[in-house]
Amino acid sequence: MMRFQGQALSWEWKDGVIELALHRDPCNEIGSLTLGELERFSVALDELTMVSHAVILHSMQPAGFCAGADLRELFEGTQRMRREDAVRGVREFLERIHAVFNKIDASPLTTIAAVHGVTFGGGFELALVCDLIVADKMTRFCFPELRLGLIPGFGGIPRLKRDLGNSITRDLLLTGRSFNAVKSHQIGLVSQLVAEGEALNAARATAAQIGKFDRHTSAAAKQFIKPLPLEELRQEIEIFCNLFTRPAVEAGLRRFVASKEALPYLP
Amino acid sequence: MPTIDQTLDEVLALAAVRFKVPREKLSPDDDFFQNLGIDSLQALDLLTRLENHFHVELPDYEMQGVSDFRTLANKIQARL
Repeated sequence: MMRFQGQALSWEWKDGVIELALHRDPCNEIGSLTLGELERFSVALDELTMVSHAVILHSMQPAGFCAGADLRELFEGTQRMRREDAVRGVREFLERIHAVFNKIDASPLTTIAAVHGVTFGGGFELALVCDLIVADKMTRFCFPELRLGLIPGFGGIPRLKRDLGNSITRDLLLTGRSFNAVKSHQIGLVSQLVAEGEALNAARATAAQIGKFDRHTSAAAKQFIKPLPLEELRQEIEIFCNLFTRPAVEAGLRRFVASKEALPYLP
Repeated sequence: MPTIDQTLDEVLALAAVRFKVPREKLSPDDDFFQNLGIDSLQALDLLTRLENHFHVELPDYEMQGVSDFRTLANKIQARL
């Protein structure tokens, strides 16, 4: 499928580049709707791989790239369930999103996240599946999950550790603070730092450059340098599901849902 | 290093431009959530602009509870 227009996201293939645009209000929260459409994208990615060299992920929402998991859906969806059923539902969701994220992570195509603004939690994790992150200078990255009594569940910890090492991962995870784009560029998280509103243009220029290379060579180089941390990804799901049964999580989610803040997951 | 008064003046000037408020209408002890009518997302935007302007890191947890320009300027000054 060369083009798709969904409720949460869209994609379009053009000149060997697949552009996936997130556009769900208010800031691309990832719930069952987004997951379903990401799974459709995952199928399309297989179909388009042979005629493509790059993928760009970006957001059309002014607030940012993605604010993370849809915590309202998580809270409301699990409230009516017995605890074991809720955990089963959470595990199923995580298994599905890990499958999609692993597919994009290991794609033979070069993948670029063009980010701006809020890039938090699951949104940060989505950016981390990409080979390169191009960020405008108003971007902020954060793992706020510990505020809810949880850890990031979409593969963010193993991927950040793989890419930047343990100390940076501990800092972001254990303090819950957000890093701005300048710092993120200095530590190597961000590949290119650009002016406000210029991330997508810079990502497109990068994708055009990548198109000059032999795609099989690019794929071999990526496969060599970017292994999936599969064992840690499995462990992450287990830890998340174990933590999810604790009362602190329900209390944290309840506070979140009751908040009247525009983006209540801000640290 | 700038003085605290210079830092405070730069914070007020930056906030006035960002939120399109006349500079003379902002005072150091103003509650910027109320006076500027900004929400948490806009506060994060202001935080990022201040970090970029002053070349400092302002951890989110140090900003919790900060709602006036004078305290904000003091937090920045402590990291210059």
